[in-house]
Amino acid sequence: MIELISADRCVTCDRCIEACPTNVFDRGVDGVPVIARQADCQTCFMCEAYCPTDALFVAPTVAPLPAGDPLRDEEHLVATGLLGSYRAGIGWGHGRTPGSRLAVGPDITPPA
Amino acid sequence: MIDILDLTADVLVAGGGPAGAWAALKAAQAGADVILVDKGYTGTSGATASAGTGVWYVEPQAREAAMASREHLNGHLSDRRWMARVLDQTYANIHELATTGRYPFPILADGSELRRGVQGPEYMRRMRAWLKRGGVRVLDHSPALELLTDPTGAVAGVAGHRRQLDQPYRVRAGAVVLATGGCAFLSRALGCDVNTGDGALFAAEVGATLSGMEFSNAYAIAPEFSSVTKTAYYNYATFYREDGTVLEGAASQSGRSVIARALLNERVFARLDLADDTVRAAMRRGQPNFFLPFDRMRIDPFEDRFPITLLLEGTVRGTGGVRVVDDDCSTGVPGLYVAGDVATRELICGGFTGGGSHNSAWAMSSGTWAGTAAARHAAALGTTARRRRPVSAGQAGLRPTGVVSGDHREVVRAVQAETHPYLKNYLRRGDRLDQALATLDELWADTRAHLHGSPVEARQAAAMVAHARWMYTAALARTESRGMHKRLDHPGTDPSRRHRLLVGGLDELWTAADPVRPHTPLDLAVAS
Ligand SMILES: Cc1cc2nc3c(=O)[nH]c(=O)nc-3n(C[C@H](O)[C@H](O)[C@H](O)COP(=O)(O)OP(=O)(O)OC[C@H]3O[C@@H](n4cnc5c(N)ncnc54)[C@H](O)[C@@H]3O)c2cc1C
Ligand code: SF4
Ligand code: SF4
Repeated sequence: MIELISADRCVTCDRCIEACPTNVFDRGVDGVPVIARQADCQTCFMCEAYCPTDALFVAPTVAPLPAGDPLRDEEHLVATGLLGSYRAGIGWGHGRTPGSRLAVGPDITPPA
Repeated sequence: MIDILDLTADVLVAGGGPAGAWAALKAAQAGADVILVDKGYTGTSGATASAGTGVWYVEPQAREAAMASREHLNGHLSDRRWMARVLDQTYANIHELATTGRYPFPILADGSELRRGVQGPEYMRRMRAWLKRGGVRVLDHSPALELLTDPTGAVAGVAGHRRQLDQPYRVRAGAVVLATGGCAFLSRALGCDVNTGDGALFAAEVGATLSGMEFSNAYAIAPEFSSVTKTAYYNYATFYREDGTVLEGAASQSGRSVIARALLNERVFARLDLADDTVRAAMRRGQPNFFLPFDRMRIDPFEDRFPITLLLEGTVRGTGGVRVVDDDCSTGVPGLYVAGDVATRELICGGFTGGGSHNSAWAMSSGTWAGTAAARHAAALGTTARRRRPVSAGQAGLRPTGVVSGDHREVVRAVQAETHPYLKNYLRRGDRLDQALATLDELWADTRAHLHGSPVEARQAAAMVAHARWMYTAALARTESRGMHKRLDHPGTDPSRRHRLLVGGLDELWTAADPVRPHTPLDLAVAS
């Protein structure tokens, strides 16, 4: 589920508010989105893909994380390279090669 | 709440996944003025956008074999003529996507493009950009809630709700394409929480029939804690019990029910131990989203055993849906067309899709045909379309017949309790289906009479109850095992039941056999 919006990184562009399929965010008074309906988050990672500044983090768990969990801690996410890793993985963002260009997967059935 | 937004168009498309996007694009290319409404955001919403798909893209010389290869699995309910049309159309669409649509396919060493798959976010953002270039008006966060009909019963538009503005809207249109996806019962399967079966309910309310609803119990493998139901790479997995011994018979393909059975009593673990280093690297390039749960939880899926679960994908990777009556994806209701998962996929998939490519091919092909036909229908109506006085067709969840009571959340919990459990939906047995259906019938009567409230959520809840009832009514009527529909009390396939099964109605449901056109060498042998 969506667990983090970094106010330091956010440039209040509203992309995540538009792009979230299940309408999880509201615009906060300072322009930084707030997680208004976390229970509606479907853990699809699309907001991360659309955020131009890697200000969002979606934990892969479908239940909310407890307060002290490292996956809610921006410093930890930066240090481990997890913040922005999905956007990098699909090759979105300035100067990157779209991941779809490189998407040559293995044979779907393993050789016997 | 602000005043209603009142719009007109030649063609209204509801749903902006691949099926709706192709429908809108093709209607616009045919000269129609098109509005596309999506519950979420066209580009990120739906199963394809977050998951990505293999595509049934087959070179002409390999098509005969491609068609034949699936017929046994699908219970011989597919139709060669439709398979051939879909293969042709998909081939053409993928070419158009690569050129005009500017989708960046991988380029192989010989300079050719590898076109057998698409990454979801990239595919759907390209589709959105293409729609905008094509002049399609896109309304995001604007779920359709019901169809509008004219006094003759022809479909004349949709009404819905703009959720971020809390504003109702109405679009009067010459023709409507429903492309709202399948129904996964809010199971959290990847990208599927927008897929609550809305379109099937809308269609049934104006008299359309459904087909193949017994093929509605797709369950997909995901790490236990996660939403990522990407199953293809589990072909490289071994499945284990908690004590580290191998779970015999368990497999991603033809061994998934063994996993379901084990999960009733114990945890099940997987490890992708059949993948060598080359395969591992290719997997990362092929499907980056497959690795999100692992990387973020510090699991090495090739070395560590991790717990798994099976999440219901219902008719998203099942094959049932609104019956298609003609080559143009019409439904028998004038002005109403269907595309993608909301339509039955039996014509090309019979009773099974599983690890697929067929679904994405169906989405773009049926979208193309439905959009083109809708544009033609609207053009034939001309300006009379806009003068029609529309009547609202929506019932359950919108217009209760009794005193308002209850809450959509309770309805959702109740329908999930009948559809999610493996014992009811996956490992099907007559007595358990009977009991579940009785509960659902009561839930429907209650929902129909009393449910009202937040219009979007109430409608979704009603749609899921309707979907579940069609599923189990069809599942009870098919007293055999065929395709993905397996009955523990009828394990064999009954040759006399090699027909499709129609199901219809809202309060009182009915079923009827629908013959399969003879088309395979087997049929011809039998016929001669
Ligand atoms: C994890 C996963 C992997 C898959 N892999 C493959 C694969 O490899 N190959 C393959 O062929 N298929 C695959 N599939 C199936 C494939 O994704 C679907 O068949 C395909 O997305 C169907 O397209 P669609 O446009 O009909 O529906 P969707 O892509 O689900 O889109 C439906 C759209 O309708 C919108 N909507 C819903 N209700 C309303 C409403 N009331 N009003 C307006 N809009 C509404 C939704 O917001 C959504 O945008 C996979 C599915 C999943 C879940
Ligand atoms: S993960 Fe998906 S559903 Fe959750 S907030 Fe992000 S975009 Fe919305
Ligand atoms: S997309 Fe990123 S930068 Fe834009 S509003 Fe959302 S969090 Fe802020």
